[in-house]
Amino acid sequence: MRATPKTAAAAILVSLALLASACGSDSETSPATDAPAGTDAPAGTDAPAGTDAPAGTDAPAGTDAPAGTDVPAGTDAPAGEVDYQWTPNADALAGAEGQVNLVAWAGYVEDGSTDPAYDWVTPFQDLTGCAVSTKLGNSSDEMVQLMQSGEYDGVSASGDATQRLISGGDVAAIDVDKFSSYADVFEGLKLRPWNSVDGEPYGMPHGRGANLLVYNTEAFPEAPDSLSVMFDGGTVADGAVSVYDSPIYIADAAVYLMATQPDLGITNPYALDEAQFAAAITLLEAQADITGQYWALYTDQQAALEGGTVLAGTTWQVIVNLAQANGATIDAVKPKEGATGWSDTWMVASAAANPNCMYLWMDWIASPWANAQVAEWFGEAPSNAKSCGLTSSPDHCAIFHAEDEAFWEDVWYWTTATEECLDGRDVACVPYTEWVDAWTALRS
Amino acid sequence: MGRCLDSPPQLSATSDGTGGNSASPRFGRALNRSFRRRWVALGALLGPPVLWLLVVYLSSLVLLVAAAMFRLDPQSQKPTGDVTADNVRAALSRSEYLEALARSVGLAIAVTVLCFVVALPVAFCIAKIVPRWARRGLVVAMLLPLWAGYLVKAYAWKAMLRPASPFGIDTNGGFLEATFGYTPGYGYVAVVLSLTYLWLPYMVLPIYSGLERLPESLLDASGDLGARPARTFRSVIMPLLVPSIAAGSIFTFSLSLGDYIIPAVVTERKVQLIGNVIERTLLAPNQPLAAAITLWPLLIIVVYLMAMRRAGAFDNA
Repeated sequence: MRATPKTAAAAILVSLALLASACGSDSETSPATDAPAGTDAPAGTDAPAGTDAPAGTDAPAGTDAPAGTDVPAGTDAPAGEVDYQWTPNADALAGAEGQVNLVAWAGYVEDGSTDPAYDWVTPFQDLTGCAVSTKLGNSSDEMVQLMQSGEYDGVSASGDATQRLISGGDVAAIDVDKFSSYADVFEGLKLRPWNSVDGEPYGMPHGRGANLLVYNTEAFPEAPDSLSVMFDGGTVADGAVSVYDSPIYIADAAVYLMATQPDLGITNPYALDEAQFAAAITLLEAQADITGQYWALYTDQQAALEGGTVLAGTTWQVIVNLAQANGATIDAVKPKEGATGWSDTWMVASAAANPNCMYLWMDWIASPWANAQVAEWFGEAPSNAKSCGLTSSPDHCAIFHAEDEAFWEDVWYWTTATEECLDGRDVACVPYTEWVDAWTALRS
Repeated sequence: MGRCLDSPPQLSATSDGTGGNSASPRFGRALNRSFRRRWVALGALLGPPVLWLLVVYLSSLVLLVAAAMFRLDPQSQKPTGDVTADNVRAALSRSEYLEALARSVGLAIAVTVLCFVVALPVAFCIAKIVPRWARRGLVVAMLLPLWAGYLVKAYAWKAMLRPASPFGIDTNGGFLEATFGYTPGYGYVAVVLSLTYLWLPYMVLPIYSGLERLPESLLDASGDLGARPARTFRSVIMPLLVPSIAAGSIFTFSLSLGDYIIPAVVTERKVQLIGNVIERTLLAPNQPLAAAITLWPLLIIVVYLMAMRRAGAFDNA
């Protein structure tokens, strides 16, 4: 065991390498490594040998049929055969930087690695030469924090993040003439309080959806339709309720109070005065007794739904889809009291290093084909009116009420609460920073 | 970040007396040749680590304190240039932070005690009972879990602890439920179990090296003087082991106190420790307040280090 200088040096090197690899496992994935593997590979590479089927369809190996019928027409055909219905802005294309770094919700930037049938990143990269890197933001708050770092070109911001980003100068207004897709966006999504300031648009509407009530169909032979499962308890789901772990969830309690305690006079769940806010917090404190999970990562809720340790909860359609695909006996409804929801906006960072690629991405994601893909994958209503004709399920837009403005009347899109009441009342409302404090106190 | 910088304690001590200095005569002569060259060599040797210490550790600590002093703009949620003590005052006084802190300290103590209870017999076995040829292999085996990714282990524990549910795809529950018919479920016990598993090697190693350095002659002498094994253990071994245990406890205590991922993963985010509160505040985003809350664990660790220093954790005995 006599250590010669050589062996000693080798030992040091080895232990350094071990230390480095140990550190490496802790560090977050760098944006670059999130880039899709085999980005430039022509479609068909991964298909089983000998098949003529377009790559990556769910169709059984060896089929010569055109892409599976449940796949959007032509999804995976080689570029050129699909009509993406998108005209990139020539100036932006000429100035494309070759890469773009996005902060996005899970499921908004899919490159086919989750499901080969859903890939709107590869065609974008082929068409523009902009390599896409994605950093998933798990909450609106986290997205604001990430964008404040200045390292990203743009973000898919929900309404409770947009105002903070705009007033912080982190994102820039856009010139809609540069975006060929903007004209086809539903008018109901344009120039709304969460994506514009004084009539000046601050981004490209992405799509919208409601936060649904998910339930286990075996535990609930009779489907629940009320948020009382979440707030009053007394059901089989007591102790197995899944709550979204974010200050914005206080609005869900307010939505329930709007229906159950009209005396409080809540007209907008994001415009709560002291008394209304206190009532919501009281409701949430009581809810803690029946809560089995607070979720922040969508995969955590998915796992709990699959394991049956969560029997009811607040969810996103995409989680329901993923868990159902794995065999979970669950379903989701929009509660009769109404729901919170989101209307998301792609915004460009005011100090974007790759603004042209970001403009191209914003235009692309709202273009008919790409928007249909993302809306269908995530389970939300598309923002582009023409997308409704391109979804693989012909009634996707009907299911998600894309063209049905009445449906959205009791969906309260996430919005940042401000001291000036959003419903125009002449009292002081509780601003979002105090929502954060209250949620932290509630949760600890 | 912190984890990877904390190398296993006193690892070098295990190789004492194995001829680590055999290279020194030639090296030493070369150094002596020129006083100036010696200083250059010394500077080159110590410069980078000292610089690292100053820049990365101390300056980031200073920045942390400084960051706590700025007021947050409520609209954009960015720190402004205004200096205020409100964040620090809030961090030191609000009851929810104090409760989370008390929970975290209690949990860290529980993990440390449990680590000690498990590590002592394991280390004793490896150092004093197992034949000499098997020792190194066992030490390596003790260290092997450190090679696996932290998140992998966190989610592995979550999977093992999963309670059975008649409504799940798999109704048997996780490993514990399926095998023993019992699981503590997703709660405090889950956190203590997972953290104990994670940090155990950091307690075993220093105790092992402490025992290895313990001269056999002392044990023989104790026996010759009529002490039974229990008495020898209490009066001879334990007093000499105190510094090693103190050193090990620094790792288990500080790593447990600051952890926020295990509590989130294995309790479905129901148990909130001080690290979770800091993460939540930072992501709010409220950077100044998060920095101010961080002063709490910092303070506790400093106090703990001072106490352990008294116990001899840093004595190179």
